[in-house]
Amino acid sequence: MLSRTADHLFWMSRQIERAESLARILDAHYRHALLPHTADVVARDWRATLSSLGVFDAYRARHPTFSPATAFRFLAFDRNHGGSIVSCLWAARENARAVRGTITSEMWETLNATWLEIRGYEPEASDGAIGDFLEWVRYRAHLSRGVTLGTMLRDEAFRFTRIGTFLEGADATARMLLARARSGQMPADEPAGPDAYVWTLLLRSLSAFEVYRRVYRDAVTPWRVTELLVLREDLPRSLHRCASEIYSNLCAVANDQSAETERRAGELQSAFRFGRLEHLLAPGLADFLGGFLAQVGDLGDRIAQDFLVPVTPH
Amino acid sequence: MLPNAYDEMLLPDGSHRAHYRGYGAWLQAQAPDRIARRRAEADSLFHRVGITFAVYGEDEGAERLIPFDVVPRILPADEWQLLEAGLRQRVRALNAFLTDVYHEQAILRAGIIPAELILCNTQYRPEMQGIDVPGGIYAHIAGIDVVRADDGQFHVLEDNLRVPSGVSYMLENRKMMMRLFPELFARHSVAPVEHYPDVLLENLRSVAPVGVADPTVALLTPGAHNSAYFEHAFLAQQMGIELVEGQDLFVRDDSVYMRTTRGPRRLDVIYRRIDDDFLDPLAFQPDSMLGVAGLLSVYRAGRVTIANAIGTGIADDKSIYPYVPEMIGFYLGEAPLLANVPTYVLRRPDDLAYTLAHLEALVVKEVHGAGGYGMLIGPAATRAELDAFRERILANPAGYIAQPTLALSTCPTFVAAGLAPRHIDLRPYVLSGREITIVPGGLTRVALRSGSLVVNSSQGGGTKDTWVLEA
Repeated sequence: MLSRTADHLFWMSRQIERAESLARILDAHYRHALLPHTADVVARDWRATLSSLGVFDAYRARHPTFSPATAFRFLAFDRNHGGSIVSCLWAARENARAVRGTITSEMWETLNATWLEIRGYEPEASDGAIGDFLEWVRYRAHLSRGVTLGTMLRDEAFRFTRIGTFLEGADATARMLLARARSGQMPADEPAGPDAYVWTLLLRSLSAFEVYRRVYRDAVTPWRVTELLVLREDLPRSLHRCASEIYSNLCAVANDQSAETERRAGELQSAFRFGRLEHLLAPGLADFLGGFLAQVGDLGDRIAQDFLVPVTPH
Repeated sequence: MLPNAYDEMLLPDGSHRAHYRGYGAWLQAQAPDRIARRRAEADSLFHRVGITFAVYGEDEGAERLIPFDVVPRILPADEWQLLEAGLRQRVRALNAFLTDVYHEQAILRAGIIPAELILCNTQYRPEMQGIDVPGGIYAHIAGIDVVRADDGQFHVLEDNLRVPSGVSYMLENRKMMMRLFPELFARHSVAPVEHYPDVLLENLRSVAPVGVADPTVALLTPGAHNSAYFEHAFLAQQMGIELVEGQDLFVRDDSVYMRTTRGPRRLDVIYRRIDDDFLDPLAFQPDSMLGVAGLLSVYRAGRVTIANAIGTGIADDKSIYPYVPEMIGFYLGEAPLLANVPTYVLRRPDDLAYTLAHLEALVVKEVHGAGGYGMLIGPAATRAELDAFRERILANPAGYIAQPTLALSTCPTFVAAGLAPRHIDLRPYVLSGREITIVPGGLTRVALRSGSLVVNSSQGGGTKDTWVLEA
């Protein structure tokens, strides 16, 4: 397929996944905000959320102060901020439009309808409306995923959308976990006392709370949450799952110049498949996640280089 | 409405023409709110599917629907047979003319067309002189605009031989009508149009360079910001071919390649939806970002087919249009089955004098213009517009032709006030390859403003489904 087409598909699926992740992150944030907090804590939480997304400076450049309403609008509705939910859905729709001949009409109609709906939509800053909005974003992402899986031929085009989805998913899960990591520390393997609630929230915003209960049938501990989100291959958004999907889809589209990229993806997957959590986390959870995000970034760059950037003639 | 315009549906006594009787009876039996609901449904479906077009001069990225009218334009079998024969004849002659102009130029030597009209025309491409194209076909896809005058006869208004558009609306309009009113298709035997993409693909493959057994075809688009992008994507998808932009192609070793995720892949036939000027920055507009450097040299070497061929603009130029009936006689030895609209050629002093004296009654067109831009409709123009246009004509008479204001036929159309007659035209699509194929019907465009004769979508026109009834 055309390199440009692959590029559009890759970014289309990344942007949908990113919009969904943002909705999940904001959802976790709002659930947390329902606990009794002082204004200081509220501001600290927003700083943590913005930092974990890597957009703290971009926010400060536009807004001198924190207010929950401003921060929410920045992450959800700011058309001038490329990382907002609305910008992601716009970019996903524009990428889809550029390859509407390659994706199925159902996929195109789903993405286009999502865009048509969000275009005129800005909920009032009451919590109920925000909750509805975030649920709507997740619902539209479920639809996009369903229509992709349900209608698309399992060809190269499909593989590139999957690679985009799981690179973005890996990035999002790592960042959400990172927001809970304390520098240099291992997560504790005992109920986390006053902190316990944030770990439960993390599970809920990744749709993994019920899964946790089923797998562990025990109290929520930071260690087990980390284990679930990093090592469980059968959890759809775990780092292990994402790494496996990236690797297998990459193998399916391999070309003459992609051997090194495949090797690196395989190496990443093997670390989860055969590694032990205590070894992986030896440098501390934060450093481990930082290293993982760097590897995911490197894979993204290499995939662009091997497949998506048009091959030069000479 | 112009007096005496031919009504496609109704006879002067108000009863239905024979081929509209079934539809008329059905329409009368419909509750008005059902039609209204269906019309609203059509609008929302077109938006959701994204069947939109961009309008030049509006905000970047502005997308609009082309208004769709639910009353079909119906043609009886015998009228279509006549039209079809006339269209085949005309396109055969136009392809013969293009072959001649780019080879022996017999028609110039015979004195039928003045040589300077061709050789000094910006649409004439000297790069094409002496180049053989597969099957001698230049205009693989022709959109011939046909109108019915007050005498009930069809006339050719314009030949579109460069990158004619609109066929996706023909297909989508049919799909929409079948979805909204399936019972109508059970009551009428309407000739199908759905196979157009198959016929087009077969046609494009049939003109591949000699010796290519399994040709690879791609559609070359200027990109997502082009007004017809929806159609480009739609046709590529329907044919199952790649939709490429100039940046996806490159030339190496006398071949054109696509950049793919598995390395270069050779391309044999390019269905281009880009004007000649932008195809190859080395040969034409040097600053074109849309084309492929070196494409012309590969083309001239016969290693890739471009459809339509480079240089077809010389045959649909409005200064050449008045000579098409004579071409039919010259190349085919036949009398034209379809008439031209009477045309005043303003490079002729007599025609110029007549036109200037009757400007308020005539339609004046730029010879190189297209899409309804740069034209004067005398009866609808203000004094100031007439004066301004008179100046433009006097500055360059050879740049214009004039035609009487035709009373285009009308067809009942839903407007705010209900059903009312509106002027229409018809663009059938003629495909030429190993043989000539015409999918029955074409695109019917309708001028939605009362009395307006301008059907172009860029100027507020709408479309209708076009039915050819099977005998």
